[in-house]
Amino acid sequence: MNTPKELKYARSHEWVRMTGPDTAEIGLTDFAQDQLGDLVFVELPEVGDAVTAGESFANVESVKAVSDVYSPVTGVVVEVNEELLDNAALINEDPYGAWLIRVGEITGQEELLDADDYDTVCQEEA
Amino acid sequence: MEKKTPLYDQHVACGGKIVPFAGYLLPVEYGTGVIAEHMAVREACGLFDVSHMGEVLFQGPGALKSLNHLLSNDYTNLAIGRVRYSPMCNAQGGVVDDLIVYRCTEDSYFVVVNAANREKDVAHMKANLLPDTKFTDISDQVAQLALQGPKSKEILAGLVPEAVIPQKYYSFHPEKVSVCGVECIISRTGYTGSWGYELYCAADQGPILWKGLLEAGKDYGLIPCGLGARDTLRLEAAMPLYGHEMNDEISPLEACLDFAVKLNKPEFIGKEALVAAGAPKRTRVGLKATGRGILREHQEVLKDGVSVGHTTSGTFCPYLKGAYAMALVDAGSLALGDTVEVLVRNRKVTAEVVPLPFYKL
Repeated sequence: MNTPKELKYARSHEWVRMTGPDTAEIGLTDFAQDQLGDLVFVELPEVGDAVTAGESFANVESVKAVSDVYSPVTGVVVEVNEELLDNAALINEDPYGAWLIRVGEITGQEELLDADDYDTVCQEEA
Repeated sequence: MEKKTPLYDQHVACGGKIVPFAGYLLPVEYGTGVIAEHMAVREACGLFDVSHMGEVLFQGPGALKSLNHLLSNDYTNLAIGRVRYSPMCNAQGGVVDDLIVYRCTEDSYFVVVNAANREKDVAHMKANLLPDTKFTDISDQVAQLALQGPKSKEILAGLVPEAVIPQKYYSFHPEKVSVCGVECIISRTGYTGSWGYELYCAADQGPILWKGLLEAGKDYGLIPCGLGARDTLRLEAAMPLYGHEMNDEISPLEACLDFAVKLNKPEFIGKEALVAAGAPKRTRVGLKATGRGILREHQEVLKDGVSVGHTTSGTFCPYLKGAYAMALVDAGSLALGDTVEVLVRNRKVTAEVVPLPFYKL
């Protein structure tokens, strides 16, 4: 399982890449994409939508099921990865490249884990 | 506690992601994933463990009468070496299960039922058996593998004489055939919509057959496939699944299985209720999403804003590369080409009424 050291992780299997003091990219972890299986559809919020730490902001669908994606931070959506709307499988191919949204005006966050602690969470769930 | 099929250790060895299904621990997919497994069955070949399916025998001079009493299809003219599908109805005209019947000898029939319904089926069959019929549940003694895909014939031809490979859909070689040293019944059947075979052997021989087939098919692109692909394949081929397109309260006529409901037979369980119900009030239709979204089961179907029914199965179909669903809707409410809306988690996704099956060999 690939867990880059420079990212932070939510227990609900999203990663956060801080790109500035109050901006971040959010995506799904390698563990999450592996558990979900082949993804075929993503529903994303719109630019300007508010996201709240711990609340669902998107959903991803595999051939088998629909799953919520939870925001690790509170803020405002400044960009969505439109490439995923046509090709959700990019999340399977490159989970840490295929960010879902970019968030600005971040005012709060979930308790986030570093890579080692996140790996432990995954091992317990696997 | 879930049971293991005779192939359990093979699934683990092949990297299968194991889930509980119908009382068994079975692989939902292998490392290759559902889409690759689905595509293998459409373009090369896939191998499925379907040993969870139930198998029962009807034998003796009363066997045919018992089957014709229990099942809505007519078995009177079923030749030895042929297979025939049927719903099995309850007295109210709902469906207890759907199954396939093999005629093995003059008065011996081999019947394959859904795993999830096995106990219910066995009780229903035993309770309604006619005289001179010996009924035996042999489910635990049988392993069943499905070899499905356009390369399946070549793979089998490398293992057995061509003469024993059944050619016609729903036929089988009535003698046991040695495949990889394992005595098997081979039938030209399956639940994928692709060309393929199902092989039945003694439970303890299952692993030998599994390994032998995988080895023989290696150069043909044969890969092991799990329950996930089994479901997407059957949906893409619009094959009904018990508990979805039919159940105790959905009649086989509503599920458009009238080809297997012989109302001209003198009698069968459920016939009176089906006749009394008259023309079906609901019908099964196919939907293809034209808006963005994946259709799933139990979603409301709206025509001009008015509910006409609900989806019974739906997913993304990997070969057709689109979201498809089957739905049970009010008879006469929809025509081919109509645009409908499907309520997907409170969001309306537009869909078109399209012909069944979605995929055809």
